[in-house]
Amino acid sequence: MKFVLFHLMPYRHLDFVEAKKYRSAWTVLPNSMYDPAKGAEEYASYIEQLVSGERLGFDVIGVNEHHQTAYGLMPAPNLIASALIQRTKTVKIGVFGRALPLVNNPLTIAEEFSMLDNMSKGRLVVGFVRGIGAEYHSSGINPAFSHDRFHEAHDLIVKAWTQPGPFAFDGEHFSLNYANLWPRPVQSPHPRIWIPSQGSSETIHWAAAPERKYPFVVTFSTAEAVEKYLKSYSAEAHNFGYEASSDQLGWAAPIYVADTDERAREEAREPLERLFNDYLPMPWEMLIPPGYTSLASTKALAKVRTGLGVERQTLEQLIEKGTAIIGSPKTVRERIERMREKTGLGNMVCLLQFGTLSDELTQRNIERFATDVMPHLQDKKLATREAVPSA
Amino acid sequence: MVPTGQLIEVSGVSTGLLRQGKGPPVLFIHGANGVGPWLPFFEKLSTHYDLLIPDHPGFGRSDVPAWIKSVPDLAFFYLDFIEKLGLKGVHIIGTSMGGWIASEIAIRDSSRLASLTMVGPAGVKVKNVPVGDIFVWSAEEATRNIFLDQAIADRLLSVKPTDEQLDVMMKNRFAVTKYGWQPRMHNPDLEKWLHRIKIPTFVGWGREDKIIPASYAERWKERIPHAQVEIFENCGHLPHIEASDALFAKVKKFIDEAAV
Repeated sequence: MKFVLFHLMPYRHLDFVEAKKYRSAWTVLPNSMYDPAKGAEEYASYIEQLVSGERLGFDVIGVNEHHQTAYGLMPAPNLIASALIQRTKTVKIGVFGRALPLVNNPLTIAEEFSMLDNMSKGRLVVGFVRGIGAEYHSSGINPAFSHDRFHEAHDLIVKAWTQPGPFAFDGEHFSLNYANLWPRPVQSPHPRIWIPSQGSSETIHWAAAPERKYPFVVTFSTAEAVEKYLKSYSAEAHNFGYEASSDQLGWAAPIYVADTDERAREEAREPLERLFNDYLPMPWEMLIPPGYTSLASTKALAKVRTGLGVERQTLEQLIEKGTAIIGSPKTVRERIERMREKTGLGNMVCLLQFGTLSDELTQRNIERFATDVMPHLQDKKLATREAVPSA
Repeated sequence: MVPTGQLIEVSGVSTGLLRQGKGPPVLFIHGANGVGPWLPFFEKLSTHYDLLIPDHPGFGRSDVPAWIKSVPDLAFFYLDFIEKLGLKGVHIIGTSMGGWIASEIAIRDSSRLASLTMVGPAGVKVKNVPVGDIFVWSAEEATRNIFLDQAIADRLLSVKPTDEQLDVMMKNRFAVTKYGWQPRMHNPDLEKWLHRIKIPTFVGWGREDKIIPASYAERWKERIPHAQVEIFENCGHLPHIEASDALFAKVKKFIDEAAV
């Protein structure tokens, strides 16, 4: 199994009482609530945390893109990736991902990723996503064309990475006379593309297709849903005539490790509940704008018609449902191991800072995870572990 | 009485149509929420005119053709519709988004039109005069913001829609998103061509419109100087529901004079 040290970079100094007066911490939360002096310190802390991932043996350190929200301060994740490249030597750098439909010229995404791949000498892993519903409100991009724009942008980017330029690209949404990438990516044929998703069947089918075999990562879902979606990816692969390998199957979850289950729960409680009840919630209209998912999917979702985080979730519920992995090293190992046994999971995307989790607890969590959980499950560490008797 | 719906084929699009009454043709162009129930306003129109109420492509019982992507596309579709039905001397009435569509039809070709009535039309954006965000509002907020008279909103909100109605509501919502999400419920290229409209024109607005402020009527009057403008007091975004009698009286007089 491979491990990603992943970060959302939330703004922890939010006035949560004031913030609740607004529809959501996304799009409509006034940015007068952001204090740049405090925010600047957040960036410094978070970059340190990610950089420590190399020393601690993570396979990838990863960031992502979100706009106009206290949930995450990375509208331009490539800027963080660029900083991480300068501070590290061997660890892979993940950008999970860029929201392809939200840009008006996807070639800029191809160019920037190509630059990062050159600057890191081939250490880049990328994610392609559609952005979440709120981001269609904040960008103005029409959600009715979200899927079309995603696929067209994907085709353009991959073509720009792999075909000799210049070439012309005639799309419905993107049309260019000249696509001619300088620089071309270092990795051949191109940086690995991951597909983080909430598990739509269309996305799973598309990602698993033999010409792509894109690693799929289920994000922020219950253990039951993660199992279902990973199995459905494997079933799709099987239908395509091949067996999905473990490095195609990923899971992204908040994780907290401490000496005991009790202590882990105590320390993770407030930060985790803040994540799910304060940073993430948004009403239905922001979460699923019309066209963002197909009419059939939207109808199915409407049956349980709720926004995200409309009902308050407690730490116990999040642990019970397996959305968050919180506990002693043994508990955390077993939760991940169990998912691996059931699904063949091969990429664990670990959110080790979440919500308001402090720098001190975050660093302790990252180190504890790297020391007491990761080596037991990590591919390249297996031999080492067997050769060295435990103290 | 409520007419039986029919489906007609126009430009390869199966199109839902309600048609009732005799007299000069009146084409009612519905707004973002679709045709909805048979209203007293429709009943009155159909006692004097040959009233046609189609579902726009993407809405109601109509097909969802991928190639119709914008309000300008809808305008050309309706020119095909009018030709296909062999209509002449058509009086168009459009409300809200339907007013926008109606104006886009009229700037393109008004040779078969006798008059144009727009009530609280979308389609034009006045800089720095915001319009309500129908896409961020919840269903309840939207219903409350559409009407000044909250008793109407209360009544609508107290009725639980059937599954079939929910399906149509969602279909309509997808369609209005496709046509109106960006630029938000307007066409930046519309306003500069409104001078093309030479036929008799009536612009109606609810004084208390919380979606598109009544002050927008001034911009329409500037661009179509011969337009007759009427502001309805104590009325929200949908005068054909909230000021049905007053609107009908004005529109009937306007249409009958225009037809002469």
